Amino acid sequence: MTVLDMRDVRKVYTSGDAEIVALDHATVQVDHGEIVALLGPSGSGKTTLLSIAGGLLTPTEGTVVVGGHDISEYSPKQLTEFRRENVGFVFQSVNLVPFLTAEENLLVVDELGGSTRGKDGKARARQLLDELGLGRRMKNLPGQLSGGERQRVAIGRALFNNPKLVLFDEPTSALDTKIGEQVMELIRSEMKARDTAAIIVTHDTRMTHYADRTVHIVDGRLESETVEAH
Amino acid sequence: MSLALKELRRRPSRFVVATVVLSFLATLLLFLGGLLDGLYLGSTGAIRAQQADVIVFSESARDSFLRSRITGEQRATVEAAEGVDEVGGLGFVLLGAEVPGESEPADVAIAGYEVAPKGVPEEPPAPGEGIADDRLRDQGVSEGDTILVGPAKSPVTIVGFVNDTSYLQQGTVWVDLDTWRSVQNANRPDAAVADDVVQVLVVRGTGDLATSIDTATAGATSTLTVDETVLALPGVKQQKATFNQIIYSTLVVVLAVVGLFFSLLTLERLGLYGVLKAIGASTGRLFRGVVLQAVIVAIVSFAVGALLALAAAAALPAGVPLQLTPARFVSTFIGLLVAAVLGSAVSLRKVLKVDPASAIGTAS
Repeated sequence: MTVLDMRDVRKVYTSGDAEIVALDHATVQVDHGEIVALLGPSGSGKTTLLSIAGGLLTPTEGTVVVGGHDISEYSPKQLTEFRRENVGFVFQSVNLVPFLTAEENLLVVDELGGSTRGKDGKARARQLLDELGLGRRMKNLPGQLSGGERQRVAIGRALFNNPKLVLFDEPTSALDTKIGEQVMELIRSEMKARDTAAIIVTHDTRMTHYADRTVHIVDGRLESETVEAH
Repeated sequence: MSLALKELRRRPSRFVVATVVLSFLATLLLFLGGLLDGLYLGSTGAIRAQQADVIVFSESARDSFLRSRITGEQRATVEAAEGVDEVGGLGFVLLGAEVPGESEPADVAIAGYEVAPKGVPEEPPAPGEGIADDRLRDQGVSEGDTILVGPAKSPVTIVGFVNDTSYLQQGTVWVDLDTWRSVQNANRPDAAVADDVVQVLVVRGTGDLATSIDTATAGATSTLTVDETVLALPGVKQQKATFNQIIYSTLVVVLAVVGLFFSLLTLERLGLYGVLKAIGASTGRLFRGVVLQAVIVAIVSFAVGALLALAAAAALPAGVPLQLTPARFVSTFIGLLVAAVLGSAVSLRKVLKVDPASAIGTAS
């Protein structure tokens, strides 16, 4: 079943009289449990595509359906709620709240929704961190964690609300190759175990074999697809 | 919300500078307010203590006790005016007085009365005796002392004390009208008063007393309420206006400090706010956190400032007219809170403008 269905999506920015086409008639589908790597040089539109898929930006044209919600025409307020309930994000840098422990960084998701699940939330946060190999690091602040551990906490936060879709923005760019590969391995196993769809933006071709397929994007156009052999 | 509280608790050092500055400003506000209250209360006690509805001045006095003279004839007219129930004469004279055993003379206001102010016996003391304001205790006056008033050294024996009745920063000594007249005439021969003359009349009654009295005397009197009389005392209005001006200016500084501080803090957090908005935080929630932090900083600052002000007040010499009243604490607290909320509101625009999409595609 399709979790993300983007059809003919265009995103155009106007700057003065000039029009800049960031995304041109992009069509992508991602199914349950499928991991798609989005590969392209900087400025190719991969950030725009990810932002539109996650409800951070609205498309100029085209439709975006995520988990059955057509979010193409959502207001900013609706999008905020949509993101909170349906999408997980892992960003490349300023990611965790620096003054909260690993456990609390997961619970932030709960707090932002205004409905604290209390004990249930805590139990879920602990279970997730355990799964991610951070059982002993729950009470540590981000500053006391390594880069790889921080990214694992961010993955835990992205999964906290059981989203249908998780978006990764260059999750390994700040990590060395070995740690980066461990994190990718973890992403793959977590997504597969939960049957969660994922898009991973990267410009590192070494990471693409962790995805089920790779979509190339150049100048706002989706060019070719490579299916990875697993 | 608890995000904002956790930040305060775990990173208190980030808020120390603002808290210290605001604490000093809170102390300053309490100090200024306390001085204003001290001056006001010290100037107006004798009038605020009057248990009357209106006070009648002669028309030419332009609401000054010093210039006012009411004759026996005018008094009879006022007594006959519509709505008037009770009339008493009142007169003040400001002088220095020798206190037994003290090298410095005390500043006294000899006040002759008929209708008793609050705390003063209904029946005026015997001639040559007086009830002194507590303020005179600081100047060495105690019960049984005979003070020698003015250059003529008119003797007045203190037979009791009363609280909060000082007049123009001088301790009042309440005496009967004849004693007042003899002190006035002996020490201020240039402003001597005849036997049936008083400075003003204190009147109790019903209805529109001011109009009925001033009509009855055909405009020879000018009648004020007690509150109006208080404000007509020399300097009171000006002191109030001056101090309030300084207090409001200080509040503007508080506003600027809070505004600037939380703007800077918000600027530092823009990246984090981008991430939080991306994962579903609303602008309202983030902004409420900023306001909550500002309010808590203001509350802590007020507490520290209040302690500093109390400590300073205790260390000050008795001559400084500083009075820290509960009402002043409440109004300063409210002023700080309002300034904190308004000041932090400056950050609203910045929080609003944070684009959740900024979280993607940015490296630190």
